[in-house]
Amino acid sequence: MDSQAIATQPAHGQEEHGHPPYLRHHFATVEQQRETASFGMWLFLLTEIMFFGGMFTAYMIYRNWYYPAFVAGSHQLKIWAGTMNTAVLICSSFTMAMGVHAAEIRKRSALLRWLTLTILLGTVFLGIKAYEWHDEWVHHHVPGLNFSISDFTHVDPHYLADKPLPPDMAEKTQVYFSLYFAMTGMHALHMIIGVSILLILLVKAWGGAYTTGHMTTIENFGLYWHFVDIVWIFLFPLLYLISRHQ
Amino acid sequence: MSTATIVKLPPQETARLPKRSYLNNEYGLMSWLLTGDHKRIAILYLISITFFFFIGGAMAGLIRLELLTPQSDLMAADTYNKVFSMHGIIMVFLFLVPSVPATIGNFVLPIMVGAKDLAFPKINLLSWYLYIFAGCFTLAALVLGGVDTGWTFTTPLSTHYLNTHVITAGIGVFIAGFSSIFTGLNFIVTVHRMRAPGMTWFRLPLFVWSHYAASILMVLGTPVLAITLVLVILERAIGIGVFDPTKGGDPLLFQHLFWFYSHPAVYIMILPGMGVISEVISTFSRKRVFGYTAVAFSSVAIAVFGFFVWAHHMFIMGVSNYSALVFSLLTMLVAVPSAIKIFNWAATLYKGSITFETPMLYAFGFMGLFTIGGLTGVFLGSLGMDIHLTETYFIVAHFHFVMVGGMLMAYLAGIHFWWPKMTGRMYPEALSKLAALVTFIGFNLTFFPQFVLGYLGMPRRYAAYPPEFQVLNVLSTAGATVLGIGYLLPMLYMTWSLKYGKIAGSNPWQATGLEWQIQSPPLTENFVETPIVDHEAYDYEWLAHKTQHEVQTVG
Amino acid sequence: MHFISPVLWQFLVNWLTHFALFPPEASGIAPDTDALYFFLVLISVVGLGVVALLVVLFSVLYRQERNPEATQIEGSTLLEATWTIIPLALFMVTFVWGALLYFRIYNPPTNAMNIYIVGKQWMWKAEHPGGQHEIDALHVPINRPVQLTMISQDVFHSFSIPAFRVKREVIPGRYSTVWFEATKTGTYHLFCTQYCGTLHSQMIGEVVAMTPEDYERWTAGSTSGSSLAQNGERLFASLGCASCHSGNADAHGPNLAQAYGSKLQMANGSFVTVDDAFLRDTILNPTMHQVAGYAPIMPTYQGQISEEGLIDIVEYIKNLNSNYRVQQTLNTSQVQTTAPAAPSAGQGMVKQ
Repeated sequence: MDSQAIATQPAHGQEEHGHPPYLRHHFATVEQQRETASFGMWLFLLTEIMFFGGMFTAYMIYRNWYYPAFVAGSHQLKIWAGTMNTAVLICSSFTMAMGVHAAEIRKRSALLRWLTLTILLGTVFLGIKAYEWHDEWVHHHVPGLNFSISDFTHVDPHYLADKPLPPDMAEKTQVYFSLYFAMTGMHALHMIIGVSILLILLVKAWGGAYTTGHMTTIENFGLYWHFVDIVWIFLFPLLYLISRHQ
Repeated sequence: MSTATIVKLPPQETARLPKRSYLNNEYGLMSWLLTGDHKRIAILYLISITFFFFIGGAMAGLIRLELLTPQSDLMAADTYNKVFSMHGIIMVFLFLVPSVPATIGNFVLPIMVGAKDLAFPKINLLSWYLYIFAGCFTLAALVLGGVDTGWTFTTPLSTHYLNTHVITAGIGVFIAGFSSIFTGLNFIVTVHRMRAPGMTWFRLPLFVWSHYAASILMVLGTPVLAITLVLVILERAIGIGVFDPTKGGDPLLFQHLFWFYSHPAVYIMILPGMGVISEVISTFSRKRVFGYTAVAFSSVAIAVFGFFVWAHHMFIMGVSNYSALVFSLLTMLVAVPSAIKIFNWAATLYKGSITFETPMLYAFGFMGLFTIGGLTGVFLGSLGMDIHLTETYFIVAHFHFVMVGGMLMAYLAGIHFWWPKMTGRMYPEALSKLAALVTFIGFNLTFFPQFVLGYLGMPRRYAAYPPEFQVLNVLSTAGATVLGIGYLLPMLYMTWSLKYGKIAGSNPWQATGLEWQIQSPPLTENFVETPIVDHEAYDYEWLAHKTQHEVQTVG
Repeated sequence: MHFISPVLWQFLVNWLTHFALFPPEASGIAPDTDALYFFLVLISVVGLGVVALLVVLFSVLYRQERNPEATQIEGSTLLEATWTIIPLALFMVTFVWGALLYFRIYNPPTNAMNIYIVGKQWMWKAEHPGGQHEIDALHVPINRPVQLTMISQDVFHSFSIPAFRVKREVIPGRYSTVWFEATKTGTYHLFCTQYCGTLHSQMIGEVVAMTPEDYERWTAGSTSGSSLAQNGERLFASLGCASCHSGNADAHGPNLAQAYGSKLQMANGSFVTVDDAFLRDTILNPTMHQVAGYAPIMPTYQGQISEEGLIDIVEYIKNLNSNYRVQQTLNTSQVQTTAPAAPSAGQGMVKQ
């Protein structure tokens, strides 16, 4: 009475021991597993785009409304720090890509090297970010907690071309910094998660996990890492480079 | 009601549950808590969702009790505000959004496409843990003193003017959002990559199409809610002024961001239910669904259009006349695919061979109540009408008709329909038909008066109201009592059926889906051999041929 | 009626007599709203009827005992088209009708009298231009268009008068408006319909529509002594506005006499109509509204003035026809001995 499947295909059982150990049993082939994992990661990154998208929308609206405040706020950021961070992240994307390649050609020591470099670069990024945030705290640019508009209502010695803002526009710099902290904070959170996962991957790679032909995890994590990099590529000009052409 | 039935059970004297199934494959609590089996995860969800449903339902009971009298006399004003907020948060995020996808969808979708499991079983389990985590946060907010923002977390009320547990509740909803995102992600990848050989897109059951459409909404819309909640929490915790007009922020921005998710959310909630209805109506009319392609594409159309109508929740909030026009027009357009479905389902009945088992009764209830709910949505999409009707009990009635009269009925239809597959046992038919009837009557009595109340002007979220509204409110509360009984009954008899229900066999409904061609309850790996699909969805001729063929070989 | 319990009968009678399905139609637009509602109810009843009829009919005709063999039908493009186009057409009619109604409700006629509403947790304050202040009440004359200019002091509220079929969100940080023309005298419900916290259900009041004569009598009897414009004039002086907006040819700020309703050229080249919202926002965020031809030196008054104060000043500027009185409040040394400069004489304001 219990009818089994409709199949005429030979039972999978015959091939049971012919497949690699990393093939999960709900997949028919390694190819299917690889493609599925990749699809899943791309889809996840799409959700991340929507996630950051909300903040980018808010940014676009407020920059349109309060442009002078955004200019003044942006000029307070340390452009050397932002530029260095951008370079660091781009390099880390390179090291990550090299790591994926190393996994592809099954070179364990190379993979370990590249992963370690990526971790280092990621940590450098976070370090510079922490320094910047501390600097903003010291200068009373943290909205809600200790924000002060005095930097904006007086002439800035570093930007003599900038006129001091009238108080009502100076108040709006708080909106700029709110978005700055929200956006870089969310990005930093993704970096921290990324570096943490990288540490786990490093340990596993040490054990030879990704150099036996199954490097889907490294590949897909690489996608994630590149995505976080790309978010920063957008954040950098939007936050740091407002009207810097002087 | 006729006594004719399509139910074909194995002879009960000799029938036994299958020796090996997903239920007894492994034993022990850990085998459930660490499972990757989509079916076990579905059962975990079923239990947890039911738990939260009854908490949310208790809140509803309290609301209706308060509203028996015109004065705000049953509980303090703040308490009432917390009660309806909790009711909304729990029912929307912890019940309706995961209801069909996470329980029924998780269980049958992989089988329907011919797969052994979802694409990412571990992510599936993670989804459940996130759900539980979210539930804990929400319960914590409840136990610590409640949250009274309404389920809509409107700023600046939620950010600056309340001293309740907004952040705790916000975190709970945030986590629930990610549970939903991972479920949707899993479904999309599964449908794309895990279909059995021969299972083309247009051979998929319509249940799969509607879940696919809902998953697109889950995956693209929910992250926006997540980031909005993050901003609200930051604003509340440290005082950034993104939504605060005194700091240059715009409270209307919150509305846009919130409704950008929350409108698609209602389609996330209803589409899976519509998928259930397709399956049920087809099975109990013994006919393929009329206009398969139209119904499939209408699901996708609802998903796509659903992203472009969010500001119809904001018509009176100061959006420009131009954008009001655009959103009203799009709202009218998004209503059309739903109408198409209703007509296609009705046409499916034409020249069918119809029986009236419990799932079919719920499906009929759905058709009537969802039609009313959907049409009243058109009332609200019409700009000038919305001015009078918005923010009143008309809105409350509208969304309860679609959510409860529509979605919850579809959920119950689905639970009854796939119960034999999930448990191997049948529920008691007479009692279940009674429960369906009681639910239908209770529902109408509860929510129909609310349309009238809304037109009369009674605002929503009011604990006290002018005395002339009392009669209608009393009717509504009476209905709620009946409705509560209607919901309690399945709890009782379904639990009873686990031990004493009739053995169902693999295909008690003689339905065509792949899930009905395997044993009940299914094996952990679903299929012994990968199925090769060579027939359309709802192919009753194929089924008849197969059954004949079986009889011949088994002898 | 001896076979029906007297209690039940009383309940029924109560129900029937006190029961109306609609609120009273007390404004000019109410019958139009009700007409649209009737149309919608009608198409809903028809639509539901069609669906119910089909379901019941097919259930009876094609139940298993009567039709043991189902006929497999794939579909019908013609039917799909029919039940796509007909609902779409009906929905389009609804859309157009509703849009027209919406524009009528949210676009006040030019001759509407203005009343200001300030909402705050958890009460409504109505400010009539003549200086009458009401709390949780609104007196209006019938047969006269009344425009409400509303703002919230704290959170979102919503001002709803079901009997007039009008409602509008009351938002913190910007004005919103709605208008109506009461047609029937009486007292009607006023509700706050946007959840606003603890006493949301108590943020209710009464709208009293009176004959014009009664309304005159009421305004005369409830005035606080000075009109909103007079209060505004006082604030204008005490906040120092007069020193820049003196109306002199060399004044630091634009002349405000007859500025209300005119078109102003901004520093960025765009043109703006001076309305309530513009005035209010310029006082709070002057940098966002720099007028062409003037230095951006206007200070912000954010935090120094309440919403009522802003309403007073807006009302004052609305009624400002000449700068004579402004000049009177200035220091004598700044008073011109010659006649006040004619308004709009080459001072960067373009009137149309």
